[in-house]
Amino acid sequence: MSLWEYANPAKFMATSRRPMQALGAAAAVALAVGLVWGFFFTPDDYRQGATVKIIYLHVPSALMAINGWLMMLVASLIWLIRRHHVSALAARAAAPVGMTMTLVALVTGAVWGSPMWGTWWAWDPRLTSFLILFLFYLGYIALWEAIEDPDTAADLTSVLCLVGSVFAVLSRYAVLFWNQGLHQGASLSLDAEENVADVFYFPLLVCIAGFVMLFVALVLLRTRTEVRARRLHVLTMRRRMSA
Amino acid sequence: MPDLGKYAAEILTAYGASAILLGGIVWASVARAARLRRRLDELEGRGRG
Amino acid sequence: MRDVFLRDLRLAVRAGGGFGLALAFFLIVTVLVPLAVGPRADLLAAIAPGILWVGALLSSLLSLDRIFALDLEDGSLDLLATSPLPLEGLVAAKAAAHWVTTGLPLTLAAPLFGLLLGLPGEGQPWLVATLALGTPALSMIGAFGAALTVGLRRGGLLLSLLVLPLYMPTLIFGAEAVRRGAEGLSVATPVLMLAGITAGVVALIPFAAAAAIRVNLR
Repeated sequence: MSLWEYANPAKFMATSRRPMQALGAAAAVALAVGLVWGFFFTPDDYRQGATVKIIYLHVPSALMAINGWLMMLVASLIWLIRRHHVSALAARAAAPVGMTMTLVALVTGAVWGSPMWGTWWAWDPRLTSFLILFLFYLGYIALWEAIEDPDTAADLTSVLCLVGSVFAVLSRYAVLFWNQGLHQGASLSLDAEENVADVFYFPLLVCIAGFVMLFVALVLLRTRTEVRARRLHVLTMRRRMSA
Repeated sequence: MPDLGKYAAEILTAYGASAILLGGIVWASVARAARLRRRLDELEGRGRG
Repeated sequence: MRDVFLRDLRLAVRAGGGFGLALAFFLIVTVLVPLAVGPRADLLAAIAPGILWVGALLSSLLSLDRIFALDLEDGSLDLLATSPLPLEGLVAAKAAAHWVTTGLPLTLAAPLFGLLLGLPGEGQPWLVATLALGTPALSMIGAFGAALTVGLRRGGLLLSLLVLPLYMPTLIFGAEAVRRGAEGLSVATPVLMLAGITAGVVALIPFAAAAAIRVNLR
């Protein structure tokens, strides 16, 4: 019994159903508890006022935007090294979820920024890196959509994910450098972990847990869909051949 | 409803937009899953019968 | 390897001004921007490094899809892949040929365009230096993008979407170095970073691009 047995699509389909449902339900509960707690039962921050409530959406989604890409990177590596189809499909399934998380982080950040910084958008290093991350997701998904043969698509997107990861990290540090070059020492960033008091911290933790579980449940669901899509494709082809 | 002060519009926008985006991806995933499942069931059911 | 390089060069020249096309495009971009933002000299001088670098990026993008596509169509890519020359070497040679027809003329002509946009004199040597350092990376990354999309019929637009994000670090450090040079600040850090990126890209990307070509030829 090893971990790799789950790479068998049939085994994966049989085993992943219950965890997916459980995680989906748990995510719904955690998000409901965390967000209601955060929205209704936390005090206003003395500097930010009530806008501090946006943190419960912004921080978890930003976290999952980055971890989503990391998960794609690991899945791509597993596909390239061990040729497990489920892994390649999981990477494909995660991309749109990760992109949505990036978008949520960007939108909530912009909405928070408008009263706090007086602008919807600033070319702050963090904001810019997230926009770049969004572009990477976009290119990755577009490449998947463009290639017909599933194995070729899996190979090429995996290579792109690998190379893209290196460049994403490079861009992150390049952007940091670029902006410091413009505004010496002026930082607009909100560093959550540093100054968040316990009243905000616990609901935030619940929300983060909710987002993680939501992400995993969605990826499982979408991976299962991709496995079915692949099977459907094969069956249709076979039928067409015999007809 | 808690008192959101002068930032009520921003907070509600942030929650609303996030709900739309997250709801959108959940809905799209579930809908596609159901559609493919139905089509696969149809195809396999016919194949066996 | 040298033969592939020379062959690509000859093909580019014969196909009608391989050298001229990228340059002409670069010229048009440098003319369009002042027309769009107005003839204020101080404004143009301030944004000149950025415009010149974006122009270099776009003009190197122009001919990327031809790096492998033509060879795939007439079957010579299959022949080259079965030749004793490793695919990595093939990629490097083709990227080098692409650079000679786009990056090199741009680098040489850049001071002229800098003059057109009123780039301060102190920035000029850095403009040439950063373009000389950065454009090889652009050609190499572009070859990787071309290798990914070589099997696709409508790969052109997708190619830009894939390649442009990968250009970002090069663009940031290149334009930053020119801007600092023009303002008389120290340029050591961005220039060194730019050189580092180019060195890393030239050393590693051929492997990724060759892997992509192998998948596409399968």
